[in-house]
Amino acid sequence: MVTANHGVFSPSPPCDIGLDNLTQFPEGRRLWTCIQCGTCAGTCPYAEQMQYPPRRIIGMLRAGQLDEVFRSDGLLNCVACYACTAKCPRGIDLTGVLLPLVKEQVLQHLPQMPAELQKALENKLRYGNPMGESPRKRAAWTHTAGVPIRIFSEDPRPADTLWFVECYFSYYPRGQQCARATAQIFQALGIDFAILGNQEKCAGECGRLSWERGLYSTLMEYNMLVLSKYRFHRIVTSCPHAYDAFRYRYTALGFDYVVTHTTPFLAQQLSGLKPLLKRKADCRVTYHDSCCLGRHSSIYEEPRLLLQAIPGMHLVEMTHNRVNTLCCGGGGGGMWLDTYYKSKGYERLSERRVKEAVATGADVLAVACPYEIPRFEDALKVLGYEKRMIVRDIVELLAEAMEV
Amino acid sequence: MSVKMIVLLKMVPDVVEELEVAADGQTLDTEFLRLIANELDNHALEEALLLKERYSGTVTVVALDAAEVDEALFTALAKGADQALKITDGGGPQSTLSGAYRLAQALSTLPGLLPADLILTGAQAIDDLDGMTAPLVAHYLRLPQLDIVTQVSLDSSAGVATVWREFPGGVRGAYEIKLPAVLGIQAAEKPPRYVPVSKVRAAMKSQVIQSVPVPSAADGGAGLSVVEEMLKPQVTEHAQMLEGSPREMADQLCQVLSEHGLL
Repeated sequence: MVTANHGVFSPSPPCDIGLDNLTQFPEGRRLWTCIQCGTCAGTCPYAEQMQYPPRRIIGMLRAGQLDEVFRSDGLLNCVACYACTAKCPRGIDLTGVLLPLVKEQVLQHLPQMPAELQKALENKLRYGNPMGESPRKRAAWTHTAGVPIRIFSEDPRPADTLWFVECYFSYYPRGQQCARATAQIFQALGIDFAILGNQEKCAGECGRLSWERGLYSTLMEYNMLVLSKYRFHRIVTSCPHAYDAFRYRYTALGFDYVVTHTTPFLAQQLSGLKPLLKRKADCRVTYHDSCCLGRHSSIYEEPRLLLQAIPGMHLVEMTHNRVNTLCCGGGGGGMWLDTYYKSKGYERLSERRVKEAVATGADVLAVACPYEIPRFEDALKVLGYEKRMIVRDIVELLAEAMEV
Repeated sequence: MSVKMIVLLKMVPDVVEELEVAADGQTLDTEFLRLIANELDNHALEEALLLKERYSGTVTVVALDAAEVDEALFTALAKGADQALKITDGGGPQSTLSGAYRLAQALSTLPGLLPADLILTGAQAIDDLDGMTAPLVAHYLRLPQLDIVTQVSLDSSAGVATVWREFPGGVRGAYEIKLPAVLGIQAAEKPPRYVPVSKVRAAMKSQVIQSVPVPSAADGGAGLSVVEEMLKPQVTEHAQMLEGSPREMADQLCQVLSEHGLL
């Protein structure tokens, strides 16, 4: 029997797979091997709010009654956290294949699209970022980075590393602090890097997983074209969602660059990084495994190695860690459905996660995904824990430890 | 019952980018300027699509040529509009007056457009805060017109529409208007719908925007108003900050208020 986290994720689900042609693809045919054990529903963080949890959706699909599922809005709660996929004993890639296709139909059957999600998707199309910020200001943060940052469009010489900064690090104030920290670390390590600056647009992963395949294709085609203009050895991105998109989805368009996320990239450079980490932290830290980086790509140890390399930092684990991590609630479009969830009276997953983090007694909640900073900082405030715990990206903790 | 509707759509400056005044001091600097469909025109389109769903009929979207107008028109087609027309040969940016004149000219000269039951457009635009487009088009076409409309119901056999208008203080008024008529839409009955990008991409492949040249007429409505100078808002006075203990600040505040005759 296949066991959990066995690497059954489809290397690259075909982008033309649809509900009408599932059986033409191995990933689709796998759905007919489901044994209806219900592990997917048992592991889903929002299953109790779903009229049709994953197991029942497969049942309805096989009974030819998916139309009923389309008329229930329960699947809007799918945060694309890969929990069901990771635990499926038959190796069915629910998060990658079936659930986004069903969610697409659910959203099209809604009398009204949730306004926040609609705005975010429209913004991604028009401005290349979900916030609706000016694309001409995407690289504005570099002026206050404290270190020189090369922008390819201004200086197109080949670089060793193309750093794909992504939206939240480019625009969101707390994200910009992380972008500055990343730049400082790269500089200290002597990495030859450049960014796309204002030419960069959202990689689009949440577009696809929140159903919007056309938006996703538009962004994918755009980014592929921009990437083809420059020469570099690898892409390092700060966003696990972009990493996920590049690694598993862009391949359909011929993406064959070496791609990694900042965390494993820096972990590879640990011998050079360690001597720079001089400032003692003297605190307890707990690490939240992001779904895309952890559960989907099994990057569990690298972030922990980086945290443990900081002098005086004591790592403690939450009950749900590694493959059992609990989603922050931001994936699959959840980032823009908070108001909708609230209106339905659902508990926000970020609050559930933060309670678990606080229970460890840690002072710092360390993260590696740009979505998590606003989500967890907000949750800490809502629950009144903002004096007991702070949220820091791993790059921030590393940069702080480098300050003498 | 089948309703024939025309929606007038206008491209306006997108204020996501900062607006700059051009060197001539009379127009906007177009170097980084992007245009976007006027938000209330999108509401007018939505109201037309809702009416089409309710009563059946056709929706034709008409826009003056401008940057990014194709994107807006294909989006309208993907949402369910039946036909999209782009009026070309108009030269540079239009004032509200000359724009309305050209739209009216296009509607009355192009075959197959008039008579229509309803002509809908946004009640306002960021470059038309007075909301003159609908009244001017109605004036040029000699049609009745109502503005600030938030709801429409039709009885086209009787040749009338009942429209609800919104007033300050939560007051609404129901009016009867004879068809054909021009309506300035303040808000559709539902927020403008989302259209999947794949549908817009499909519309770009399978549907066409008809480009129709309508030369500017010599009188063109222009000359009646002229922009003499365009200025960024000037900061004239700063806020006065009161300092001290709460009692001192309260005293200062009372003094300021009485100096201005507010106490």
